[in-house]
Amino acid sequence: MGILSLEPISGWGRHPVSRAAVERPETLRLPEGDTPVLPRGLGRSYGDAAVPATPGARVIETTRADRVLDFDPGTGILTCEAGLSLAEVLRVFLPRGWFPSVTPGTKLVTVGGCVACDVHGKNHHRDGSFGNFVERMTVQVADGRVIECGPARERELFLATVGGMGLTGLITEVTLRLQPVESAWMRVDTEPVSGLVGMMDGLRDAAKDWPYTVGWIDCLAGGASLGRGLLMRGRHATRDEAPAQGPSEPWRLAVPFDAPEFLLSPALMRLFNSTYYRAHTRRRRAAVVVPYQGFFYPLDAVVGWNRLYGPRGFLQYQCVVPRAAGAAAVAGLLERLAAAGAASFLAVIKDCGPEADAYLSFPLEGTTLALDLPYRGPATEALVHELNAMVIAAGGRVYLAKDAVTRAEDFARMVPRLTEWRRVRDRWDPERRFRSAQSVRVLGDHA
Amino acid sequence: MKAAVVGATRGMGRAVARLLAERGDAVVLLGRDAAELAASARDLSARGARGTIATGHLDLGEPAAFAVALDQADQAVGGLDTLVVTAGDFVAQDALERDTERLRRLLDVNFTATAVLCQLAGERFAARGGGTICAFSSVAGDRARRSNYLYGASKAGLSAFLDGLGLAYGDRNVRVICVRPGFVKTAMTAGLSVPPFAGEPDGVARVVVRALDRGAPVVYAPPIWRWVMFPIRLLPRAVMRRVRF
Repeated sequence: MGILSLEPISGWGRHPVSRAAVERPETLRLPEGDTPVLPRGLGRSYGDAAVPATPGARVIETTRADRVLDFDPGTGILTCEAGLSLAEVLRVFLPRGWFPSVTPGTKLVTVGGCVACDVHGKNHHRDGSFGNFVERMTVQVADGRVIECGPARERELFLATVGGMGLTGLITEVTLRLQPVESAWMRVDTEPVSGLVGMMDGLRDAAKDWPYTVGWIDCLAGGASLGRGLLMRGRHATRDEAPAQGPSEPWRLAVPFDAPEFLLSPALMRLFNSTYYRAHTRRRRAAVVVPYQGFFYPLDAVVGWNRLYGPRGFLQYQCVVPRAAGAAAVAGLLERLAAAGAASFLAVIKDCGPEADAYLSFPLEGTTLALDLPYRGPATEALVHELNAMVIAAGGRVYLAKDAVTRAEDFARMVPRLTEWRRVRDRWDPERRFRSAQSVRVLGDHA
Repeated sequence: MKAAVVGATRGMGRAVARLLAERGDAVVLLGRDAAELAASARDLSARGARGTIATGHLDLGEPAAFAVALDQADQAVGGLDTLVVTAGDFVAQDALERDTERLRRLLDVNFTATAVLCQLAGERFAARGGGTICAFSSVAGDRARRSNYLYGASKAGLSAFLDGLGLAYGDRNVRVICVRPGFVKTAMTAGLSVPPFAGEPDGVARVVVRALDRGAPVVYAPPIWRWVMFPIRLLPRAVMRRVRF
């Protein structure tokens, strides 16, 4: 085949945009030699984690390597190629009573990407992150060797690869545990909450009885209403609670073009947020049984929703602050955001359980906040640096799967285990064959 | 349906095999690489295939072995009634222009070998009362373009062959389907600049399986390519030259 032509490439936030020579192999294998590469799945990380270190560098998109290699219907243990998507896992295995043990807020992600970002979901307080359910995986490392690793075998490589953002090697196969469920329906209970303390207490109380909890915050509301929002609790509906039929695939809308930026003006967004909040407050709180898609993946119903942020794209900001920092730290962040008037439709708030062993895994015991910031150039980046300073002061960190602007020195302050991760990476990829625009920015890799 | 799929481990062939297996058809995966075939067979079984899943060796570079491969596939499922050939060769035009030996191989695989295999299957199906033959040609065979005429010629030849095969064997209950994919994002096309209306293997597979059930002689996939190619087929040659298309 001739010289690879270049494709425009970006994260889900559409900022920054670069170009890459994209391969879509059906069998995951590194190219011969020592060409730099970056693995990429379905491109749902928001920032520059799956954007190559230099324009034109090689990207291995794993989505065509999507075979199920083994499934044990007795235990729910699934072995697959790394490009299999959670959407496909759900389509094939949910009718047979199995559900991913951990899922992020979109099912349009690959299993390999879930490992590389060590994604978490609404059950983090109870079950932890994706890596907890990985029994083994195979990783092709920089020198071409294919290494099998897991919690008890090549443990260091395993711990560096879970949450390692694809920088330790090419994940080719993953064995993971699915969880048994009785239905494809969710028992969901939604409650309006008038302020931040109520929200955080509510999340903590709900965590005792509910496997899934999350809060939506209107982050344009300040003053007495700071932190007001909706608290959602859910669990898989039992066979008796669920309708006999599985839910049908919901209609999907597509965003056909980039939305004009005036739609995101602070006044319009404030109107949207308060209308949304009021609509839910008026509704009587009641437990309902809903399809799993609407509970876990509301935005998957809008194909290309990232275009709603207009041609300049957006940043997603997600941080976690330790429980010890308390509501004050979260309030500080929300106040700063409300003052900037820069945030968007909603913020997601969630309490996290204990930190994983994986060195770069994002969640730690405390409160995480995630929100979209329409990208408006240096002002938006300055706001992120300001928020980062507050997060560092509180002993927290940001999530690399969302990040596009955090500085290397700030990241090092957030992640004490970074030195351990670097030591393991030095062993497996001393020349930094695996690198990304993000690793250049955040880890100081050469471009 | 009891189908043999040539090229079932990759791209559109993989997607077609999955759809067939998922709805309970018996599927024989035919290809060159035993390990890849085994992995794809495991994939179909683990996804819950209800019909028989088998594998067999078939290399489009070895036409002498086609009869044996079809025999074995027949035995594995107790009598094939459908053959799907998705395998094909693709090399960028500039490389083919310089390397005529490589060009010969591409023409052999895409035209000669595929035609020989389909002819063989046509005879067999006719002898036992009927069957379906579905082979993947390409929109590149609809109109020669200066940038892609070598690959295009191999597919134009295949399209003409399939058209004729369908005419010749229709009376004997053998249906022939010529699939003409437009640009589809597979490993084969990686690195080529992606044009508008590019398709995904899954979408193509749905179109193909519908055609297997209903038996349209020519299928464009994604379907919009029928309308993309319609005016291109009609363009006068002088215009083709002028626009350097």
